[in-house]
Amino acid sequence: MTGQTITFIIGALIVLTGGIGVVASKNPVHSALFLVQTLMGVALLFIVQEAHFLAAVQVVVYAGAIVILFLFVIMLLGVDKAEEWQLKEPIAGQQPLALVVGAALLGLGVVTTIIASDGLTGQVRGVGEKALTSDYTDIERIGRVLFSDYALSFEITAGLLTIAVIAAVVLTRSVAADDLLEDLEPDSMDVPAAAPFGSNDSDLVTSVSDTRHGDDDADEEVG
Amino acid sequence: MEVSTEWYLVLSAVLFSIGAVGLLIRRNPLVMFMCVELMLNAVNITFVAMGAELNDVGGQIAVFFVLVVAAVEVVVGLALVVAINRRRLGATADDVSVLRG
Repeated sequence: MTGQTITFIIGALIVLTGGIGVVASKNPVHSALFLVQTLMGVALLFIVQEAHFLAAVQVVVYAGAIVILFLFVIMLLGVDKAEEWQLKEPIAGQQPLALVVGAALLGLGVVTTIIASDGLTGQVRGVGEKALTSDYTDIERIGRVLFSDYALSFEITAGLLTIAVIAAVVLTRSVAADDLLEDLEPDSMDVPAAAPFGSNDSDLVTSVSDTRHGDDDADEEVG
Repeated sequence: MEVSTEWYLVLSAVLFSIGAVGLLIRRNPLVMFMCVELMLNAVNITFVAMGAELNDVGGQIAVFFVLVVAAVEVVVGLALVVAINRRRLGATADDVSVLRG
């Protein structure tokens, strides 16, 4: 067995155990950590295939940014409780059916690979700057192709990222909810009408009104 | 025993199936997004393997764009999860049935 084979087997084991861990963990935090394991395994497989730039980007962007974003949202929402996903099953037989669909997908993928591997003639190969055998380093090669042949696609991704940032700001702003709160209770904060907007908000309102009651009582007693 | 492209394709198929099954059986929207990430990574393995097979850097370029799309998808998806949880705590994917008119 060559070193490449051993590295591939190690990487495949890391990827598959991590993937199963993501699906099988009841706690979302554990799922996120198993996702890090999978992404690191994929980065290892990229290194085996000499895609060094992508391996670095995989670690920095996926493990460093996306998973941190997941963990941040999990902590922010406080949903890091174990999910009872085996007890409540609103659609009868959904999980066995999902396993059947997964097995079918797996069979389809493997069979397609086996059939199509005969069709890999290697006749359509990258030429010039696109060839992996050219004299450039990995990053140079990607940069040259990305900013020449794929320049328009690259610009479009800039627009896509801008749209995503604006969408995140618009979706998560709470101005509209605050306006509605004021409309519903113009005079007193005692009515727990804020309940439809989530227990977080109503808790806040209740605690504020409680404090006010306490202050009023204290003032009356003093008076 | 040499590693051929088919090994990577089979591994990718297995990882994609794991992600698809997870997407179907889990109800926590955050974990469902993680399963989507698993499926995207399976496709990335395929892209890089085929790029290496065909001696073409185009496969790596495709992975680069998939990374960008994955980041955008996560940003918008998590913003939606936060917005929904602010109005209805502990929302799961089954609560979509509440939208019924």
